[in-house]
Amino acid sequence: MRALISISALTLLLAACGSQPPAPEQNPAGVESRTPGAVKVDTAPIVKVQPDSFDPGSIAALKDPRSPLSKRSIYFDYDSYIVKDEFQALLAAHGKFLSANPKMKMLLQGNADERGSREYNLALGQKRADAVRKGLVLLGGREEQLEAVSLGEEKPVCTESSEECWGKNRRGDMLYSGEF
Amino acid sequence: MLFQRLILAGVAGLSFLCAPARAQLTVEITGAGANRLPVAIADFTGERIAAQALASVVRADLDRSGLFRLVDAGGALADSATPPFDDLKSRGADAVAGGSVTASADGRYETRVRLSDVPKQAVLGNPAYLHSSAQLRATAHRIADFIYEKLTGEPGVFSTRIAYVVKSTGRFELKIADADGSNDQAALASREPIISPAWSPDGGKLAYVSFEAKKPVVYVHDLASGRRHVAANFKGSNSAPAWSPDGKKLAVVLTKDGSSQLYIVNADGSGVTRVATSSGIDTEPRWSPDGQLIYFTSDRGGSPQIYRIATSGAGLGSPAERVTFEGSYNVTPRPSPDGKSLAFIARNGGRFQLALMDLATKQTQILTDSAKDESPSFAPNGRMILYATEIGGRGVLAAVSSDGRVKQKLSVQAADVREPAWGPLVR
Repeated sequence: MRALISISALTLLLAACGSQPPAPEQNPAGVESRTPGAVKVDTAPIVKVQPDSFDPGSIAALKDPRSPLSKRSIYFDYDSYIVKDEFQALLAAHGKFLSANPKMKMLLQGNADERGSREYNLALGQKRADAVRKGLVLLGGREEQLEAVSLGEEKPVCTESSEECWGKNRRGDMLYSGEF
Repeated sequence: MLFQRLILAGVAGLSFLCAPARAQLTVEITGAGANRLPVAIADFTGERIAAQALASVVRADLDRSGLFRLVDAGGALADSATPPFDDLKSRGADAVAGGSVTASADGRYETRVRLSDVPKQAVLGNPAYLHSSAQLRATAHRIADFIYEKLTGEPGVFSTRIAYVVKSTGRFELKIADADGSNDQAALASREPIISPAWSPDGGKLAYVSFEAKKPVVYVHDLASGRRHVAANFKGSNSAPAWSPDGKKLAVVLTKDGSSQLYIVNADGSGVTRVATSSGIDTEPRWSPDGQLIYFTSDRGGSPQIYRIATSGAGLGSPAERVTFEGSYNVTPRPSPDGKSLAFIARNGGRFQLALMDLATKQTQILTDSAKDESPSFAPNGRMILYATEIGGRGVLAAVSSDGRVKQKLSVQAADVREPAWGPLVR
C-alpha cells in the first residue's frame, strides 16, 4: 500500500516537474519542426500484405519483419565510429527508402558503452550517428531529411558490465518520423 | 547575505515541487591526513539542543576534512570563559573553541565563538552570528569555516554546496546539497537523463545537459527562481557546458557543423562563436581560472588526450597545445582553482582513475585505486577533489585530497549517484 502511494506521489511530482518549459529550438532544423505524433507510422491504414509481394518502398515496409527496413540498428567496435561492411546493405535499403519518400525524416541516435567519460562517450555516439548519416547521404538520403544526435552512454539497452552487453550499446539507431 | 537567503528560499520552493524522496547523501571517511592538527571543540553553552547541534556539526565538518584530530574538550566552554589551558594541553589539544548560544528577542539566536591557541594561550578570533533555528547547520558550517581558515590559512568549504545527479528506476534528479550531504533538494526531476551540471561562478545558477527533448540540450537553471532557459539547442547534440570565470559566457560542445566541436555562447544563449577546429572529437571544455585558456579533450591525435587553447591574452590565435602524453586515454580536464594543477581521468590497463598533473613540471600522480572514476570536481579551495566512481556495481561519489591522503565516500541508499559538481565559495 505504501509503495502504491509513493508511486502515485512520484507520478504527480514528475508531472509537476514535467511542466518545465520545453526547449525552443534555435536555428530550427527541418527534422525537428514536425510535432511529435503528427505522422504515426503504426496508425497508417492497414493494407493486407500478400505473401511475397510487399512493396519495399512503402511505409508499411518499415515495420514488416521481412523487410530490411525493419532493422534499424548498426553496431560499432570499441572506441570506433566506422560503419562495418556488414551493415552496408542495411544502409543502402534505408538510403533508397529515404530517396523514394522525400517527406520522411530520420533521427539518427548514436550510443556508446558505459566505459569512460560521459561527455566523451556523447561525442563518440555523435560520431557514430554522423557516420550513419553520411552513409545514408551517399546512398540516396538528403541532408534535410536527417538529423544526427547522440545519447552517449545514457540510454543503454543492456546494463551488465560485459563485452556482450557493451557491444549491444555501441550502436546507431535510425528512427523515422513518428518514431521519435 | 540577502542573496544567499534568497537562494535558500528558492531551493526550498523547488523542493516542494520536485523532492519527495529523502534519500540523503551519507559521508563516510575512508582515509585521513598524516599530520592532523589536534583540536578540541567544546560543547557550547546556552540553549541545550541548539548548542549541542551546533558543536556536533562543527566537529563533524572538521573531522571530515581529514586535517584535524578531535580531542575531547572535557566539558562545555563558553566564549566568555578562559579555556582550561593546562588541562587542554595535557589532553594534547593545540587549539580549542568554545561558544555560547543565546535566544534573542525576535526568536532568533545569537551564537558567539572563541577560538584559542592552547600552547600560546592566545585568542585567535571571536566571531558572532545572528541566525534562526532553521539556520543552525548553516551557522555551524560558518563556524567550521572560520576555524579551518584560522588554523590552516586556507578558506574552508563547509558552507559550500554540491550538485549531483541521482538515478533511481526510471527517474533522474538533479540535486543540490550542502557539502556534508545534508539538506538535499531536487532542482529538476526527469524521466530522461541529466548530465554535466556546472555551477555559475556566483553559485546562483546551474548549467546542465538534459535529454528530455530526446536529444542533449544545454539549459541554464536559476536556483533562486527555479526558472531556466535554453543556452544551446542547435541541430544535432548540445553538451558539456562550462562557465567562463566572469560568469558571462559558456563554453559548449555543439555538432551543428559536423562532429563535436567547441563553441562559446553568451549565458543567455546568444552570440555563438567557434573556439577550435578539428576533424575529430573536441569536447569537455573547462576554462582556466584566469579565463585565458580552455582545456579540453580531443581525439585529433588519434586517441583521446587533453589539449588547451588560448581564448584571450598572449596565446590567442596559436594552435591548441597538447597537455597529456602518457597512455592512450586521458579525458575530462579540470584545472585547479589556483590554475597550477590539472585533475583528469586516465585509463591505466583498463581502469579509469583520477589523476592530478602539476602543470609546471607535468608530474602526474594517480590519486585513486578504483576502476571507474569519472567527472572530477575541485573544492573551491583546491584541497579536495570530488568525483564519481562505482562500488559494488553502484554509482557513488568519492572525494580525495589533492595529496591523495584524505578519502571520503558519499553514497545514497539504493540509488546511483553520479555527475558531481562542487559549487563555489559563497561569501
